[in-house]
Amino acid sequence: MTGRQRLPGQRPLARTLVLAAGWTVVALGGTFALDPFRNYQLALVAAYLCATAGLTVLVGATGQLSLGHAALMAVGGYGFALTTNALPFGGLAAFVLALLAGALAAAVVGLLLGLAAARLSGPYLAGLTLAVVVALPAVASTWSTVLHGDQGVQIPFEGVPDALRRVVALEQWQAMVAVVVTAAVVTGLTLLRGGRFGLKMLAVRDDEVAARLSGIPAGRVKVLAFTASSVAAGVGGAVLCFVAQAVSPGAYTVGFSLLLVVAVVIGGLGSILGAALGSVVVVLLPWLIGRLTASLPADAAQRLDGNLAVLVFGLLLITVMAVAPHGLHGAIDAARRRRRPTPDVPPPAAEPAPRKVLVPTEEQR
Amino acid sequence: MDRLVFLLGTGLARGAVLALFALALVLIWRGARVVNFAQGAMAVVSTYVAFEVTSLTGSYWLGLLAALLAGGLLGFAVERGVMRFASPASPLSGVILAIGLVMVLQSALGILFGPDYRPMRVPFDDSAIVVGGVPLLSPYDLFVLVVAVVVMGALAVLFRWTSLGLQMRAAAFAPEVSRLLGVRVSRTVTVGWVLSSVVGSLAALLLVPTSLGLNPHATDSLFVLGFTVAVVGGLDSPVGALVGGVVVGVAMSLVTGYLGAGLVPIAVLVLLVLVLLLRPAGLFAAAEARRA
Amino acid sequence: MSQRSRSVALIATTALLAGGLAACSTPEPSPGVTEDTVTVGTHTPLTGPAAAGYSSISAATKAYFEYVNDNGGINGRSIEYVVKDDGYNPATTSTVVRELVQEDEVFAVINGLGTPTHSAVVDYLNENEVPDLFVASGSPKWDQPGTFPWTFAYNANYIVEAKALATYAKETWPDKTFCVLGQDDDFGTDFTTGLLQVLGPDGLASTQTYSVSTQDVVAQVGAMQAAGCEVNFLATVNGFTALALGTAAKMKYPAQWVSSSSGGDYPTLVGYLGEDVAPLLLQGFVSSNYLPFSPDDEWVSLFQEINDEYNDGAPFSGNTVFGMSVGYLFAQALAKAGDDPTRKSLLDALEVGALTGNGIVPLSFSKDSHAAFEGVGITVVDKGVQDYVDGQIYTTDAGSGAVEPYTGTSVPLEGDGIPTA
Repeated sequence: MTGRQRLPGQRPLARTLVLAAGWTVVALGGTFALDPFRNYQLALVAAYLCATAGLTVLVGATGQLSLGHAALMAVGGYGFALTTNALPFGGLAAFVLALLAGALAAAVVGLLLGLAAARLSGPYLAGLTLAVVVALPAVASTWSTVLHGDQGVQIPFEGVPDALRRVVALEQWQAMVAVVVTAAVVTGLTLLRGGRFGLKMLAVRDDEVAARLSGIPAGRVKVLAFTASSVAAGVGGAVLCFVAQAVSPGAYTVGFSLLLVVAVVIGGLGSILGAALGSVVVVLLPWLIGRLTASLPADAAQRLDGNLAVLVFGLLLITVMAVAPHGLHGAIDAARRRRRPTPDVPPPAAEPAPRKVLVPTEEQR
Repeated sequence: MDRLVFLLGTGLARGAVLALFALALVLIWRGARVVNFAQGAMAVVSTYVAFEVTSLTGSYWLGLLAALLAGGLLGFAVERGVMRFASPASPLSGVILAIGLVMVLQSALGILFGPDYRPMRVPFDDSAIVVGGVPLLSPYDLFVLVVAVVVMGALAVLFRWTSLGLQMRAAAFAPEVSRLLGVRVSRTVTVGWVLSSVVGSLAALLLVPTSLGLNPHATDSLFVLGFTVAVVGGLDSPVGALVGGVVVGVAMSLVTGYLGAGLVPIAVLVLLVLVLLLRPAGLFAAAEARRA
Repeated sequence: MSQRSRSVALIATTALLAGGLAACSTPEPSPGVTEDTVTVGTHTPLTGPAAAGYSSISAATKAYFEYVNDNGGINGRSIEYVVKDDGYNPATTSTVVRELVQEDEVFAVINGLGTPTHSAVVDYLNENEVPDLFVASGSPKWDQPGTFPWTFAYNANYIVEAKALATYAKETWPDKTFCVLGQDDDFGTDFTTGLLQVLGPDGLASTQTYSVSTQDVVAQVGAMQAAGCEVNFLATVNGFTALALGTAAKMKYPAQWVSSSSGGDYPTLVGYLGEDVAPLLLQGFVSSNYLPFSPDDEWVSLFQEINDEYNDGAPFSGNTVFGMSVGYLFAQALAKAGDDPTRKSLLDALEVGALTGNGIVPLSFSKDSHAAFEGVGITVVDKGVQDYVDGQIYTTDAGSGAVEPYTGTSVPLEGDGIPTA
């Protein structure tokens, strides 16, 4: 990695913000073109994207794999729901406060997990975070006076604000809120990874000993990375709670946690764009398959419904890991390079580091 | 006091199966430096084979034999067909491939056999032997304990005193050096997978008759518990798996008996965190294993 | 790809998703009803760890509707039944129910299964004024006409069941020690509340709970044995009923078992325990029910015929009767909702109390009550046959009301099980 301008930290802050704002406005405009169910799906994609973007930054930049991001989403959801119910007022202020509370709750849990994570690697961390998701229903039922067991916490319905009621439908409003919040989270993660902290994360991932020798506090960097990733997941959970008006342990299962991993892997580990593509796939594929199986005879449909989507996800995961470890994002990238081999495209060696996690080259070891 | 004795007995029986399953995880770890997250799903496939063969022939032992064969074949197929793609330099790729495998196997079983639980039988008296008014272990529990100890003993012999075992340990510890010294590393890795899959299948076969029955998700909790056992005992240590199994089995039984069944998953999590943070090497493993 | 184009592309994707999926659909005046069809839908677990045993319900309902359709439908309309798998995951339930309402444009959602799952959509359905009929769960939550005007229960609720079972047990075994094993959620706590109402605050010598995530109840059954429990109530799903009985047998612990209807279906229990040992383990097993289940009942024979002809002769269980009875009740509601049914007229048909259903006690639907069955009959297993105990039907409410014996008759079969206006 030579050439300062190729390091991730070199993008002007202002440009990132302007671009993010611009495209957010475009996405918000897009919601007007969608029917209610499509807007609901868009809101789901946005909520999932918070979590998958957090997860992909964690995996890509620090090499830590969490199978527990569903639990962190749940923490954010509970923080959001409990705060909403505790506040005596509604509206925007309540939403923002509840969102911050959800993020804070996820940050605290993420910090604790991160402290453990910093000392563990690879499969140990994966196993520990898996146990966290498995314990979630037990936590909800043990402290059921607050968390209400497997029923979860419901929040009162709050419709579209009066000023917008004439022009915006409920699902569209929810999608818009989800898009705005997600844009903020994704921008934040992009800036975090692009800044000095991002360089530290890469340094620790690539060679922890060397990083320590250069004065980088490797442990603290890992803990912070995990916490940041948890906050993103927690905000995703809060957004889901806002959309569904409920949070319950049954929604954040091991299966869902694995689905988040599927999203980041098929999108391309370490890539936020990949996480977005992956989130779209995990939302749309089960729905598409449900549409297809609906026309089958009842017995076959019963067997295939649900199972078929999981089967396809599993196959995708294996195929991507075996054949194209850079995922969808890598495929798009490669196509673009073939089409436009101009000098302003950085040579492969200067690619942002994420892709090296899974297939490290000799010079990295 | 009676209650304590009863809970200890129950925990011991449960711990033996956990130990066996953890042993399967240890085998792969020693053989290939991979934690096989698909161990449970693979074992369920073998158990379905046992179920089908037993239904066809009426013989439990034929079913058992078929399942162990199927387990071996599956281990071979998974290693050659899937795990070969794992990058040796990154522990994550093996985990992710295994997760993909779990999804494929469980959903395929769901499509083929549906979600219903099927009862499995054992040719043993499974009613408990009552000692002084306290129901203790059943003959079936004793059978499980004996199987666990025998398998563990056999594996200890394999690793300590046979050339194959030595080669496997060498290949896992230092593949490059071993290759230079003439060890066929690829073969020893395959053998590790086959052995581990057989042992994992055996654990599931022994467990399922004591639970709700056979279902594609029958081993979901077995994996998490088995992993905990392996971590408590040390992923490198077969003896640790045995001790860890007993520790976790008894701990679960005591928590259920004195605190309530709902707390078990939390207790497992707490145990896992404590061991990982306070004794990161597990009770029996070398310290550097944890950072592999 | 640079960082900039990365985030650009990210947001572009969102926009593309928005544009690419664009499809407009404006709701029609009475969704789901055409000249010759009525489309209704449900959410139910077909896959995942909690799916076992439930998939047969929606299949039975579907088979019943096909039977009705082959015989001319209701008011000239055939009933289309859209079944969505939610894997017992409330988040998936939210998605598939929105899909039912917004994409499939169903007339009503019927028999949505599960307390945690249906809780996730009950607000949504009521906000959108979609009839939410015959929820397949015994939670008292569905009977709140003020809060959820569009939601109607189906199952006898857990408290009613528990009060009836406790009354029967107290009369039959007055001097025995009573205990309970319950699921660690609303099911278990509501059921235990009902038991305590009848047995008194000290009526239970031991209260044990289990969690569905741990398929082992040895410690709990051991505790009941140690506490000298003789009559054990069960607020368990079928799998755990089987597990508890099997565990007790292994521990040579003979006890009288008294189970909620949610875990007391004999054919399903046989599936778990096996044909050989089930009749032995289940001899004398007491449970409750509110639907026709006697082997010689005319409803049961009709449902068996429908099951053979329209459901490929799938195993006939309490779930089959449950699914078909739900289908019958909806068909009856539709028949009474007029020649041009609307969501409002369907609701009115339910609230005027014109529906009989096919239960052994009358339906209590009215403006003030959205509870379906406020009473249950006691069943017992003898020599491998589960049947009602003569004269043991009780009615009560979910509160502190008295438990009264019910002496009326069950609803007779009319018109080959196809309701008319």
